[in-house]
Amino acid sequence: MSEKVLMKGNEAIAEAAIMAGSRHYFGYPITPQTEIAAYMAKRMPKIGGTFLQAESEIAAINMVYGVSSAGKRVMTSSSSPGISLKGEGISYLAGTDLPAVIVNAQRGGPGLGGIQPSQSDYFQATRGGGHGDYHILVLAPSSVQEMAELTIKAFDLADQYLMPAMVLADGTTGQMMEPVSFDFQIKEPPAKPWATTGTKCARPHNIANSLYLDPEKLERINNERFKRYEVIKANEALAEEYLTEDADIVVAGFGIAARIAKNAVQEARAQGIKAGLIRPITLWPFPEKPFAEAAKHAKRFISVELSMGQMIEDVKLATECKVPVSLCYRVGGMIPSPQQVYEAIVNAAKEVK
Amino acid sequence: MAVVFDRPKALIDVPFHYCPGCTHGIVHRLVAEAIDELGIEGRTVGIAPVGCSVMAYDYFACDMIEAAHGRAPAVATGVKRSDPDNLIVFTYQGDGDLASIGTAETVHAAARNENITVIFINNAIYGMTGGQMAPTSLPGQVTQTSPYGRDPKACGYPVKICEMLSELEGPEYLERVTVNSVANVRKAKKAIKKAFQNQIEGKGFSLIEVISSCPTNWGMTPKDALKWIDDHMIPYYPLGVYKDRTGGIDKFAKKEDK
Repeated sequence: MSEKVLMKGNEAIAEAAIMAGSRHYFGYPITPQTEIAAYMAKRMPKIGGTFLQAESEIAAINMVYGVSSAGKRVMTSSSSPGISLKGEGISYLAGTDLPAVIVNAQRGGPGLGGIQPSQSDYFQATRGGGHGDYHILVLAPSSVQEMAELTIKAFDLADQYLMPAMVLADGTTGQMMEPVSFDFQIKEPPAKPWATTGTKCARPHNIANSLYLDPEKLERINNERFKRYEVIKANEALAEEYLTEDADIVVAGFGIAARIAKNAVQEARAQGIKAGLIRPITLWPFPEKPFAEAAKHAKRFISVELSMGQMIEDVKLATECKVPVSLCYRVGGMIPSPQQVYEAIVNAAKEVK
Repeated sequence: MAVVFDRPKALIDVPFHYCPGCTHGIVHRLVAEAIDELGIEGRTVGIAPVGCSVMAYDYFACDMIEAAHGRAPAVATGVKRSDPDNLIVFTYQGDGDLASIGTAETVHAAARNENITVIFINNAIYGMTGGQMAPTSLPGQVTQTSPYGRDPKACGYPVKICEMLSELEGPEYLERVTVNSVANVRKAKKAIKKAFQNQIEGKGFSLIEVISSCPTNWGMTPKDALKWIDDHMIPYYPLGVYKDRTGGIDKFAKKEDK
């Protein structure tokens, strides 16, 4: 099935989840991601799967917890305010070392905010989002094709590393329509001998649990989990680099911001400015290497975000603040124009002359 | 010499952490006996709550999951839906867990007639955190957070779960029992077993509310606590079957018949 179909980003996520073998989806309506629930509601009953509209986001993530404990692939989706409600469950999934895929089609905040696109849940996603020391895998698609690809990747990584994975989309990538190919090779999920599938009276009971009243044990388990995180940081960080080899001005952006920034970089190059783009595809782990490499020759970094400046902190950390980093942003559901980013590049170029 | 009384196989041979005189031990045993008698241990998954029975996962021999506070019915929904034809899923929850923080999860699992079994321990107090007012604490009941007695004007009235859920068309079976005498333990056993049998037969949501004692936080001897159940709890929380859809106790069925 290599032919392309025209789909909304949210629908591409839903279809990709089904392709990845997820037969369980739990959600609660919230704009701008409800197409995922609608798609699942149509498809799941036809393929022997479960679509269930939960009574709340809290219930939905706990249903996810139940399916994951039982060893099956499972997904939920929401948008920013709903993701806050899922924070409790995400912490429990992380504390129990359970895989699950969570989609966040971000909208403007804080509070009820708005329903237009945003990237202001970057901190929440990349720092865990709930209570306790933990991380989740965070993947940031910038096209409808990537909405599908990274959803499948999220399932694979979550199973491999036994932790929740988030597809951090936004109102734009969720709503826009683009051609998408579903020509994917699907990997067989790994065996899950830890799953609570019933003992068959043939093995000691499995327990899915995040409670450790012995502080020494809880410390040891946290340390072990963070050793696993180091392996992930070493092996799974992903970024797209565009014209960065000789760039004086390096623009950083993820998701929809990167597509806008790419246009601006192309315009700057046409005008003789050596601009380049780093597009983090994984936000946790953050792709530090391309930033560290670019910092060896670049004179300025610009972080383009649909937030008040969140990823910019990781850019500064990855470049060890060796090069000044400025912010180019819009918030509240507003989106930076290619012209705004281009002007930021021109201004940065003037400063370094 | 024949063994006439033994530990149920569905309970692991470890000491419980419960206080002397606590009725959790009795109810654990009744659940385990039901699992043994129905021969379902190998396909049963239990969900433990947050509260005194938080470590029930160490006591039941079947696969166990520890849920977040109040979320057990949602977790149970996920587990059951993962393999509805084979798995038997029960939650074991206290009154703070089921009737306060997890009210939404309880009500909606019942409304969906989710094919699970819920064991609800109502002892009218938060035991694990040291005796605070519960959603089911009686009017006038003295607790750490109602030191002058529960005043309904300030903190409302107790939540009667069986009565409340019986107003829903969804659930299959709701019964309130207690375990403060041999006769009552036997009735409780029958109800718990039926709640599992219903699930095996695919009938849907069964909830058994067990009026229980908490001598430690009630500040009584175990014996006085059992008497307090008779004198104070049962008058407020009458025992009996509140709904049994296929057994004919169902106000919705009656309406249709008219």
